[in-house]
Amino acid sequence: MKKNYGYLIVFILSCISLQAQEIALKGKELFGDLKARQIGPAIMSGRVSDLALHPKNNQVILLGAAGGGVWKSSDGGATFVSTFDKHIQSIGCVTFDPNNPDNVLWVGTGETWTRNSVSVGDGIYKSTDGGLNWTNMGLPKSDRISSIIVDPRNSDNIWVGVLGALWGDSEERGIYNSTDGGKTWNKNYYIDTKTGCSDLVIDPTNPDVMYASFWEFRRTAWSFSSGGNSSALFKTVDGGKTWNKIHNGYPTGQLGRIAIAVAPSNPSILYSVIECEKDEQKGLYKSEDAGKTWKHLNNDFALVVRPFYFSRIAIDPKNPDIVYKGGLSGSISRDGGKTFKNLGNMHSDIHDIVIDPYDTSRIYVGTDGGLYRSWNNGSTLAIVTNLPISQYYHITLDDKEPYNIYGGLQDNGSWYGPSKSDGGIEAKDWERVGFGDGFRVLKHPSKNIIYSEMQGAENIWRYNLDTKELKTIQPLQEKGTEKLRFNWNAPIATGLHNPDRIYAGSQFVHVSDDMGASWKIISPDLTTNDKKKLDQENSGGLSKDNSGAENHCTLFTIAESPLDKNIIWAGADDGNVQITQDGGKTWKNVTANIIGLPKNTWCYHIETSNFSKGSAYAVFDGHTNNDMNTYVYKTTDFGTTWTSIITKDIDGFARCIQEDYVNENLLFLGTEKGLYITVDGGKNWSKFENEVPSVSIMHLDLHKKTNDLVMATHGRGIIILDDISILRQITNEVIATDVHFFKTKSFAKVENSSFGGTSSELEFVGPNPSTSVQIIYYLKKRNTFGKIEMEIQDMSGTKIVSLPVSNKKGINIVTWDFNEKGPKVAAGKTLDYSGFTTPLVPAGKYKAVLTKGKDKFEHEFEVVNDPKSPITDSSRKEQRSTTKMLFDKVQDLAYMVYQIDEMIQLNTNISGKDKGYLKTATKINTELNNLKNTMVITTGDSYVGSAEKQLREKLGAIYSSVASQYDAPSPSQKANIESVMDSFTKAETQFKKLQKEVFPKVIEKNQKINPEYKVKTFTEFIEG
Amino acid sequence: MKTTKNLLFTCLLIATSFITNAQTADEIIDNYFKNIGGKEKFAKIDGFKMNMVTNYNGIEIPVEVFNNKSGKMYVKINFQGKEITQMAFNGNKGWSTNFMTMKSEEMDSETSENMLAQIGDFPDPFLNYKQKGYKVEMLGKETKEGTECFKIKLTKKPIKVDGKMVDNVSFYYFETENNIPIMTETEIQQGPMKGQMSTSTMGDYQEVEGMYFPFTMNQGGQAMTVKKIEINPTVDAKVFEMKTE
Repeated sequence: MKKNYGYLIVFILSCISLQAQEIALKGKELFGDLKARQIGPAIMSGRVSDLALHPKNNQVILLGAAGGGVWKSSDGGATFVSTFDKHIQSIGCVTFDPNNPDNVLWVGTGETWTRNSVSVGDGIYKSTDGGLNWTNMGLPKSDRISSIIVDPRNSDNIWVGVLGALWGDSEERGIYNSTDGGKTWNKNYYIDTKTGCSDLVIDPTNPDVMYASFWEFRRTAWSFSSGGNSSALFKTVDGGKTWNKIHNGYPTGQLGRIAIAVAPSNPSILYSVIECEKDEQKGLYKSEDAGKTWKHLNNDFALVVRPFYFSRIAIDPKNPDIVYKGGLSGSISRDGGKTFKNLGNMHSDIHDIVIDPYDTSRIYVGTDGGLYRSWNNGSTLAIVTNLPISQYYHITLDDKEPYNIYGGLQDNGSWYGPSKSDGGIEAKDWERVGFGDGFRVLKHPSKNIIYSEMQGAENIWRYNLDTKELKTIQPLQEKGTEKLRFNWNAPIATGLHNPDRIYAGSQFVHVSDDMGASWKIISPDLTTNDKKKLDQENSGGLSKDNSGAENHCTLFTIAESPLDKNIIWAGADDGNVQITQDGGKTWKNVTANIIGLPKNTWCYHIETSNFSKGSAYAVFDGHTNNDMNTYVYKTTDFGTTWTSIITKDIDGFARCIQEDYVNENLLFLGTEKGLYITVDGGKNWSKFENEVPSVSIMHLDLHKKTNDLVMATHGRGIIILDDISILRQITNEVIATDVHFFKTKSFAKVENSSFGGTSSELEFVGPNPSTSVQIIYYLKKRNTFGKIEMEIQDMSGTKIVSLPVSNKKGINIVTWDFNEKGPKVAAGKTLDYSGFTTPLVPAGKYKAVLTKGKDKFEHEFEVVNDPKSPITDSSRKEQRSTTKMLFDKVQDLAYMVYQIDEMIQLNTNISGKDKGYLKTATKINTELNNLKNTMVITTGDSYVGSAEKQLREKLGAIYSSVASQYDAPSPSQKANIESVMDSFTKAETQFKKLQKEVFPKVIEKNQKINPEYKVKTFTEFIEG
Repeated sequence: MKTTKNLLFTCLLIATSFITNAQTADEIIDNYFKNIGGKEKFAKIDGFKMNMVTNYNGIEIPVEVFNNKSGKMYVKINFQGKEITQMAFNGNKGWSTNFMTMKSEEMDSETSENMLAQIGDFPDPFLNYKQKGYKVEMLGKETKEGTECFKIKLTKKPIKVDGKMVDNVSFYYFETENNIPIMTETEIQQGPMKGQMSTSTMGDYQEVEGMYFPFTMNQGGQAMTVKKIEINPTVDAKVFEMKTE
């Protein structure tokens, strides 16, 4: 009881503190209809870390992406859908429960291919509904999970191989077991704080038999070490009670990463790939007695290459002699491992291979560049074209319309593509502008020139798009300077004050004012230059791995102030933050001024402020020191003092920040688990989750003209939050209002072709931004009860159309495509196209009127013509008046046909009751039908069985084409209108004759039977 | 002082709502029916007709939907002076109108079977759900439409998709404040989107003969505004039968 009381007090206190906050910006309660768009691309796709096949249905596949979450295919890999957006996107392994594979799925987070750029995980997840919903089942500090095994006899018995922390010691490693379906976990087998379980496999015929490989490994920002005395291969035969080393025939000394696989068709045959001290002993080992003894078979390059990246063996489910091995190219043996050949052409770096148990020639291969399918054991392969799991490091934007997005990706070079494209943003819209690993890609501010780079600035390219001239321009070592150290992801930046200027960062800041032809060093070594961290040649452990990925004590971010060209900031991977205020003559190291920041925390991004010369933001990423905290600071005095601007709202380490150009307090933060937004300078942060998964956001940029926030994600491609200007208007007052309309820019009636779109439904197509009018309003409370309506009116208050209302709590967006009401079309046998064509309103001011119960809320907005359009105002007027004339004729015709139909119906009714009238009725109806048949199609279908076009169709066709264009009718159209109008007049004359001579007779006759009957007036007919 | 008092009151309220966290799916469903007019009233519905308006390319199209106890249903649209039965089900087989020929065509037998399997959804899938063989499960709270909701999983009778029986699961979000459902999510079962959720929202509940129905709905992006609901209307039996020409 006492305890409960205390709880309540804490509760009240927390309520009070809530009350005291300025703007409690809460994502899910505020952002409402504001949605980002994921534009891919999927053309290069991204790293796939693990695959699993449904054991009973070979249509169903699970894919774990290195940084892009979990995807599921239900059609044999033709298409995939994302199923894990709400959770961390770095995936170690994916597994089906063999007892209930339709519903129960498991995901171990944290990739186990431990390259420098690898992300982190946050535990193990379970779905009980085939991946629709996921629950975190614990192991929060596991960092990376290599294997999950569900006991084929009992779904509650789960075995998990935890590789564990990459960047530091951890006790959450080894083998974990749950006997209650994942509710609780026991550490079953553990070696030490440095050694984790890298592979855990089960004997498919006897679930008490399992094999587990353990790996001693460690990464720092400047080194990698694979191997040690603790690495080993173990076996249990008693369901995990005891584990014994099985090294008979293994090399002695230190071991590295070990891959292990059991042949499904003969479980006494095992293959393992071993990393060890002596090169001649590395490679493939085979056991034919379930691990009692091992024989060394092969140490070809393909078998020993980069064990930390490629330790995966897959064995054909039916034939134990067919063995696949991950690697640079991937390889296959058909002689039980004696010899191997490479798999067919695909993206390099093969991480996983799975084989269809029902048709073993069908395989799926996960690479650094997406997923490949093969129908012939990997001889030829096809890439899956709808996996936008591309891993961007960085992006920049240009000022074209639509603007382009430039950026580089992990092992997939550099690319640029448009932010919108006819038919959606397709694979064909993307252009490649760099090889290798791509990072920063910069558009020259005014010339048609692109700069791109590859890892470690081994090349920086200058590419002239007009002449196709390609030059390598990276700064080179010159006489009298020391060796240049470039980061794997080396900073380059164009000058904001001199368009031909380009900066590059090694340990120095290099400047070129002639687009990279010549360079000048304008700083001393700005890093800590710590010699202990510069021994990359000996990095890798048992397998030397000096790719450049561990280069350290290098600059990582360079930022020139938009307000003063002499103010330049530089941030280093070793934590240094330096500033010059005199264009590089003198530099000041301000690192020590940042209170609360652990020493040597990687300075990932410096963002200079647009509002004051002394202001800047610095984002630090400590994860390579095994520190997952968030570090974001702001200075307003050139780095003399710094204030932390993060709150507990933020989960995980941050990588980048973007300041708004208009509202100094509006900031966007890219973290390892998604996007956060503050509207009050960092006092409150809110996670933005509408179409932004919990993905690593490595860089952000805000487009100055469109106000689009563009995110470079490391696993889900490029994501754009269109036009963030609404967020500038969010204040305490707005949040306290019942209904608030946000100010919007004017909306252009964009004149676009409706062509475009060449992709099949199996290819990813990125959505375009909205081109509709957007009426954006905030509701303090959702309208669950009671009436709510919206209509568009002209400024005199005349209704144009009603619109469906959005009624969420938070921001609502109602769209309108500039349309007026469509015409009422004559009823015929078929539907006429004209009925689908609405005139568009002319440019001008309009009102949206929201009616909620008795209250009315009004919002004015402006419609403008497409500023790119060459069409004159007088042409537009003529188009409008012609459209109006034709619209009226379409409706006049409809009304005539209605009246004819009514008379025919009346006649039929009367003659049904008055047989004597039948003859007259038939005569009249023949006359009426003869006219009607010239007015509208009364036979045939809407396809190739179409009847000859009549007046409705001819009139409808010219109405539709004039109404759908922006220009005045052409001479040819005018001639056609004249001809159609001639037919119209003829029909109308005939109609009027009948109306005068025949209709009164019918109506009079009908009067006796049905005195209530009245023909609808024109207005009644149109509105009814 | 007054503020503090109010605050205390609010906190107590919040604390109570924490206690309601322990609410079961059945309690929420009971409250739901209480708040929309009572189970008895809903049990007495034999059929209802909804007149709605949907928006296609800026053109308002009147839609009339009828459903009844025996599973009969139709969806009619009124367009270009023509009343077109877009689809109908006579309690046994479904048919639709081909827009090329304007003739009626029988639906594939799987669709008909599935329509038959879902007769129990009338007038509300949660009404006497146990007798229908449906199952519910409380999955906790989630914020949807900016509003705190209870998430309830509803498992109905399996349906057949491409020749195979599959579970028929939907997730319902009931506002915690009034236990009214405002959103549903259902797995898309066919095509390249299979495995993703299709979302529908419901709002603007209004009273009709002592019962409350949502008057705005958005089904997978298609917005519909209800204009009129008639309870137990008289409908010509012929409308459910396939037209033969």
